[in-house]
Amino acid sequence: MLKKKAGSIAGLLSVSMILAVSAGCGSSSKDASANDGKTEVKIAWRFSGENDITTKYLENDFIPEFEKANPNIKIKLSPITASEGDYYSKIALSMQSENTTPDIIAEDTFMLNADANAGYLTDLDSYVKDWPEWSNYTENLKAGAIAEDGKIYAIPGSSDSRGLWYNKNLFAKAGLPADWQPKSWQEVIDAAEKIKETSPNAIPLGMTVAKASGEAVSMQTFEMLLYGTEDTLYDSETKKWNVNSQGIMDSLKFIDEVYNEKKLAPSMSIAINSNFSSVMFQDKFVNDAAGIILDGFWNTSNWKENGPAPVANMTERFGFTAMPTENGQGAGKVTMSGGWTWAIPAKTKDKEAAWTVVKALGGAEQQAKRAIADGNLTVRQDSAENAEYQAQPFIKEATEFLNNAHFRPANDNYPNVSVEIQNMVESVATGSKTPEAAAEDFAKNVTRIVGEENITK
Amino acid sequence: MEIADSRVKVKRLSDTKKSLLFLIPSLILLLIFFIGPMVLTFIFSFTNLALTGAAAKHTEFVGFENFTRMFEDPEFRTSVWNTIVFVFFSAILGQCLLGFLIAFMMKEKNVTFRRIVGLIIIAAWVTPEVVVGFCWVAFLSDNGTANWLIGLLGFKPVAWLFSFPMVSVIIANVWRGTAFSMMVFQSALDEIPKEVEEAAHMDGATRWRIVTSITIPMVKGTIATNLMLVTLSTLGVFTLIYTMTGGGPGVETTTLPIFMFKQAFVSYQLGYGTAISLVLLAIGAIASLIYMKILKTKV
Repeated sequence: MLKKKAGSIAGLLSVSMILAVSAGCGSSSKDASANDGKTEVKIAWRFSGENDITTKYLENDFIPEFEKANPNIKIKLSPITASEGDYYSKIALSMQSENTTPDIIAEDTFMLNADANAGYLTDLDSYVKDWPEWSNYTENLKAGAIAEDGKIYAIPGSSDSRGLWYNKNLFAKAGLPADWQPKSWQEVIDAAEKIKETSPNAIPLGMTVAKASGEAVSMQTFEMLLYGTEDTLYDSETKKWNVNSQGIMDSLKFIDEVYNEKKLAPSMSIAINSNFSSVMFQDKFVNDAAGIILDGFWNTSNWKENGPAPVANMTERFGFTAMPTENGQGAGKVTMSGGWTWAIPAKTKDKEAAWTVVKALGGAEQQAKRAIADGNLTVRQDSAENAEYQAQPFIKEATEFLNNAHFRPANDNYPNVSVEIQNMVESVATGSKTPEAAAEDFAKNVTRIVGEENITK
Repeated sequence: MEIADSRVKVKRLSDTKKSLLFLIPSLILLLIFFIGPMVLTFIFSFTNLALTGAAAKHTEFVGFENFTRMFEDPEFRTSVWNTIVFVFFSAILGQCLLGFLIAFMMKEKNVTFRRIVGLIIIAAWVTPEVVVGFCWVAFLSDNGTANWLIGLLGFKPVAWLFSFPMVSVIIANVWRGTAFSMMVFQSALDEIPKEVEEAAHMDGATRWRIVTSITIPMVKGTIATNLMLVTLSTLGVFTLIYTMTGGGPGVETTTLPIFMFKQAFVSYQLGYGTAISLVLLAIGAIASLIYMKILKTKV
């Protein structure tokens, strides 16, 4: 008797569970009808925390203006809370189904080829053709939005450049000039050594090396070094990867010298922390506890009035100078440039509405506002003439760096190769591998990923 | 007599049918949420399924490629070794042994004392894993409590998560998981009739002899069950390690679940990731079989 009762209770429970599950599936259709006939356009980007700049920009600057001009479209914010690495996986997963895909996504240029090849993105060629404003976009940044098949898959939203941030207070103490321009890697190390002598408690030279920081390790650290040697990572003519170059060795040796031999780098618990960048820029650097940091222009947004660590007189306190090439060869300076774009997923239902929003996001005034909010560079020539934009701190330096800019390989294997770069750099910086051993493993792993036939012998 | 028998049979049959009818909903749920994904995992592990890139569009069967690659991958071998070390020290030695010791020492103690000590230990167990992870990161950080304590003794601060990453995650997992073993053993030890131990004591057996010859044999079944449960749950620990070290520095704390996650979601190779998860499943199954064999108990 008791058993029977238990059985029927279990039965009832399972039935109610099924009901609950199916009810859960049905709830999404409810939201759509609640917009009084307006088309809803969902925008997704990486939400970085309570000070997230994109959120503020969209909510305060973009949406009110856009919805006034386009009463038929309602913008729904759908931020993705994730670390930088997880963002790309989450967005790829969501784009696989019509039910979960956002209508517009923020896409880092380095993922564009991979996502385009995966069939996740809408080919925008036919849209761009009838859009006169496309001609105002900076020519070499358009390349970042075009995939290997020659089609446009995204509209550039922001661009950036990288260089050496330096702390003028610590520099003065070390007897270094306030308008510093190192001419070779050696001069960077020399300056760091002077800071170590005069301010023993400060971190002389910081470079992102922790795998936890993802793409930043590849681009802000390794490629900034590698593209200052005689070598590149990828030959866009022959479409082959250069994995056995002297440049890789030299770059790794520089990292080894800074982190292990001369101990000019942050302590390991800071270096391998996934919050490395916030610790360095929001705490150490503003408190005169870090001398030089190799990183991006966008870090000014940390110090702006509404940023996480406001610094009123940042141009007096800090300097931003170009990264020198290894021995001063070539133009003597080097930077990597990338940036974010807006793309429309292939499974977006109302592509016309999404395109209307992307066009508005890409307007001259909006692009200037976005760049100012992000602390980044604009992608349109006409936006660059905006007076407020030009008055941004360090904008002159950052724009100048672009004269010697390199871009990441436009190849859909790049994201995987980048993970191998991160492994390699971290293992050298933590001292778990010698530069030689790390470079050898890197060559082996990249060969496996891209195939023997795509490697420069 | 015969008529009565067949009546019983009819009734039984309809009972079976009835229970089947009631079982169907849960069977369907099991099929959808357990068996389905398992079958899919098995199939995907033989493909080049990827999260992005050309392979995401054209997924193909690649035979045993994922498995051959895995066994050639030094990082995989390191992860297997790390998993064994992590499970042995944190689950078997740490949680089971410590859990047993605490339960044994609390046996027949004052009820209030048992409650207070029990509550403190269980508090660690009911705390969400990610919170435990952050507590330990704070505790072991440069300016954390651990370094403050050793500073009182005149030692220099240590970068725990960098210098002793595996030891740190093992201690954190022992801290978190011991309560479970303790509770299991407590209930088993309470079941042992007092008379048996008293009789042995009267016969002149030492305390140690009583423990090894009476207490442990009498809770053998519980030990086996507990060992298996703790081993299986520790094999799958992800959150704690991921929040504390992210598998690093290098690959020093990369256990199989972390390795699987990295391959599937950081390197975007879902096929390879599912193949690793199959191996993890196999290791769990083998471990369970070994326990059952050694302790000769049915669980």
